[in-house]
Amino acid sequence: MAATTASPPKGGFGYRHPRARLAALLAAPMTWLVVVYLGSLAALFLTAFWTVDGFTSAIVRTFTFDNFIEVFTTPAYLQTMLRTLGIAIAVTIVCLVLAIPVAYFMARVARPRWQPLLVAMILTPLWASYLVKVYAWRAMLTPENGVIAWFASPFGLGGPGFGEVGIIITLTYLWLPYMILPVYAGFIRLPNSMLDASADLGAKGWRTFRSVIIPMIFPSVVAGSIFTFSLSLGDYITAQIVGGKVIMLGNVVQQNYVTNLPFAAAFATIPVVIVLMYLAIVRRSGALENL
Amino acid sequence: MTTSRGTKVALSIFAVIAFAFVYVPLAVVLISSFNAGDTLAWPPAGFSTQWWAKAIDNEGVRNAIVTSVVLGLVATAVALIFGTLAALALSRFNFFGKDAVSLLIILPIALPGIVTGIALNNVFTSYLGGLTFMTLVVGHSTFCIVVIYNNAIARLRRMGGNMEEASADLGARGFTTFRLVTFPLMRSAILAGAVLAFGLSFDEIIVTTFTAGPGITTLPIWIYQNLFRPNQAPIVNVVAAALVIVSIIPIYVVQKFSSADERGGGVI
Repeated sequence: MAATTASPPKGGFGYRHPRARLAALLAAPMTWLVVVYLGSLAALFLTAFWTVDGFTSAIVRTFTFDNFIEVFTTPAYLQTMLRTLGIAIAVTIVCLVLAIPVAYFMARVARPRWQPLLVAMILTPLWASYLVKVYAWRAMLTPENGVIAWFASPFGLGGPGFGEVGIIITLTYLWLPYMILPVYAGFIRLPNSMLDASADLGAKGWRTFRSVIIPMIFPSVVAGSIFTFSLSLGDYITAQIVGGKVIMLGNVVQQNYVTNLPFAAAFATIPVVIVLMYLAIVRRSGALENL
Repeated sequence: MTTSRGTKVALSIFAVIAFAFVYVPLAVVLISSFNAGDTLAWPPAGFSTQWWAKAIDNEGVRNAIVTSVVLGLVATAVALIFGTLAALALSRFNFFGKDAVSLLIILPIALPGIVTGIALNNVFTSYLGGLTFMTLVVGHSTFCIVVIYNNAIARLRRMGGNMEEASADLGARGFTTFRLVTFPLMRSAILAGAVLAFGLSFDEIIVTTFTAGPGITTLPIWIYQNLFRPNQAPIVNVVAAALVIVSIIPIYVVQKFSSADERGGGVI
């Protein structure tokens, strides 16, 4: 805090020049992130405006919007885009519907000494391997001899099998902790006095929930939704493992990147633009501090 | 607020069902690994530990574990330096563009992995001469920085600047203060961040797919390659079950070394 204290100048160069100290601290990480990461993203974005020669499959470096035109005029691609967006929104909503009651239970119904255990129980599957969790749902969803089909068969029912529903269930499973934990933290921070005040003013449970609790935990919900939404939007492995014939945005990118990198790059900018738009919208809610 | 008894009961039942939703699939993986049969079919044919024995002897699995551990350690080490430096800068200074810098640190995990993956792949293969183990390290370090950063900055915010000012008043210069005051106070948070970063790296598949040099097989890559091979299914089951059990370790360490309130949402 040398920058703000009024003590007489003493100490070394860094002490007298806080800007130099800041530069020294930031130089390495910023060089890495800007050069390696932003540089790569910029190169990819630039590639999206190039094309591939049909005969030699070499990249032709002439500026064109062809890839973007192809993305937005091919019905199959548009369909994939909308399907992916729909899946990401559905996953976010299901996560929300599951997370709010569970987080409320953890923060306000369960005994305080159980709370660390409950949090650990939510965190544990988060650190179980991503691939293992998708694999587990393959075992759950397999038609005929999957776990769900086995439990449902005595009732004359079948499991959801592989497809859109399977993808939504699996993605919900994968990202649910990312929604529960920030919402739980939001409920923990909620001051009791506010709920008492609401009750004193005559609000019943539902009214308090709607008018006090929801606005208070909104930033936490948004923080959680950043994960559930953007992670679902870019996922392609889940669709490969439990999607059956259904493909998502990421699958199109993955299928094209070897043969036609410029087209894959153009397609990959769609989720980036959507995520950045979403981040820009939610920045105002203060959600980014709740990550 | 007084939550009514009925609501409490309903919430408790809902929570039990939700926890079942979270744990049943993991239990299925654990049970399947002791399956006597050689398929993933449910219900299991009988109890057997033969696949565990075969998985331990499997050279592919053992090599993949070594690759993943080395990768995780190197990527975590790189991320430790960058994440800690960035946290010190952003917690102790106000400057123009601070928001942009914090957004840039979050970006590698906010953007879909496939975008980071093909962006790095493109640069490495088109301009820098191809993929190696080092390119994989670069990919992993990039998304690990945010984990270290988040843990470190939460601790620095909670610490405030008083201790460092006191140290300066007592005549310590910048680096001495860091060595004797700041670093010891943030050590446990950095350690927790390092464990999480290692876990993230150990588990990552998408960026890995696009940045790993030919022939480099991490554990997730091994699982992915063998997932659709029916004769490998029992071994994949065992590896999956082992990973479920091992995942308890980082949780334990993080719970022990950083308190919940300084982890914000507590996710990363």
